[in-house]
Amino acid sequence: MSEKPERKYTTVSIPVQLYEKIKERIEGTGFTSVSDYVTYVLREVLASLEEEEKEEVFSKEEEEKVKERLRALGYLD
Amino acid sequence: MLPKPHGGTLINRVLHEKERILDSLREMPNLEISKDVAVDIENIAYGAFSPLQGFMCQNDYLSVLDSMRLEDDTPWTIPVVLDGLREKLKENEIKEGDAVLLSHEGVSIALLNIEEIFDYNKKDHADKVFQTTDATHPGVRKTYQMGDVLIGGDIELINGIPNPFEQYTLRPIETRILFKELGWRTVVGFQTRNAPHLGHEYVQKTALTFVDGLFINPVIGRKKRGDFRDEVILKAYEELIRNYYLKDRAVLAILRTEMRYAGPKEAIFHAIVRKNFGCTHFIVGRDHAGVGNYYQPYEAQEIFSEFPDLGITPVFFKEFYYCKKCYGYVNERICPHEGEDIIPPSGTKIRKMLTNGKIPPKEMMRPEVAEIILNFDNPFIE
Repeated sequence: MSEKPERKYTTVSIPVQLYEKIKERIEGTGFTSVSDYVTYVLREVLASLEEEEKEEVFSKEEEEKVKERLRALGYLD
Repeated sequence: MLPKPHGGTLINRVLHEKERILDSLREMPNLEISKDVAVDIENIAYGAFSPLQGFMCQNDYLSVLDSMRLEDDTPWTIPVVLDGLREKLKENEIKEGDAVLLSHEGVSIALLNIEEIFDYNKKDHADKVFQTTDATHPGVRKTYQMGDVLIGGDIELINGIPNPFEQYTLRPIETRILFKELGWRTVVGFQTRNAPHLGHEYVQKTALTFVDGLFINPVIGRKKRGDFRDEVILKAYEELIRNYYLKDRAVLAILRTEMRYAGPKEAIFHAIVRKNFGCTHFIVGRDHAGVGNYYQPYEAQEIFSEFPDLGITPVFFKEFYYCKKCYGYVNERICPHEGEDIIPPSGTKIRKMLTNGKIPPKEMMRPEVAEIILNFDNPFIE
């Protein structure tokens, strides 16, 4: 049986001035630390970049097979 | 543009060369699974639970409990796990690294490649998923009945279990192609476990005003006593759509999975699943996936602020009700009236009237829908 793992964190460097600005900005918000805020913003940025990527393309054969079933079920005319 | 599946790729874990492995299946150790687990294996295999490829191993499981994310930081709030009994696994000499056959009532459902067998704490599980350890909560009760270990590993689907609602069942690849064919670039998903009343209809239509299409996706599976039966929900929605919706703007298809009643955490899970079906938006109303008084009325909306990277936009609504003075369906954000002036479409009142064979007032439920429900001998789960 396995050992209980721990969630891993690492350190990145940001300018002290930026750190101070963020610290000031998050006062009275739901963010409890600068790290929490930076994590939130980075997740948001990465997600928006991923959204811009092209949507998944299915093969013609796959698509035709699916459309056939959709027609049989009455979802497509 | 439709969103990419959660985690980036639509998972497909359907075994395509069944014949080739039929002989080896007979030699494999066998684990009997419940209907709920068998159904969720199909959800994994067809990508509704993307990026999951099987049952969670310990790192993902603990990360979901502690951080509401998979180990790789992808948002995920509900553990998808397979439980077992240590003694039984020992008896059958099943261990990590083995491939086992998962079956339900004599049907071979899937292959499981066991990566990990690990201990877990049921109280901790209940507390972190359901925010309570009270055994009267249906999700907690089920957790306490689970086996003493969890078995993690990838699956490959061999056979689905019989599906009485096959004609209403669409896989994520099918909805994605359907939405594209219909020309929908924005789609709002609506989760439900109820037959529709006017409040539901107005929520859906208000959201539909701003997007191309509406995906009504009732949860079909184990629910609690007093909930509408699955076939009642489907027939009621068909009638509503036939009479009151534009044909090319609404699609009805089911999601086969059990209700967990995990409130806010289940709301995130429901949104992720609808993203995998191709929805860009997801409706979250009052007390989403709640039960009793375990969650605050709008807690399931608040939790979305913790996920800037969910990849599906939640659409929040206050409850809609009929206002005699406004002559229409409104909610507290647009109507100044209260008390005697308003008729809320109370689910409890509607159920009571239907149980007594009465058609609820037209301000609460469409008469056509009520009649369909009353055609059933017993529309509710006993």
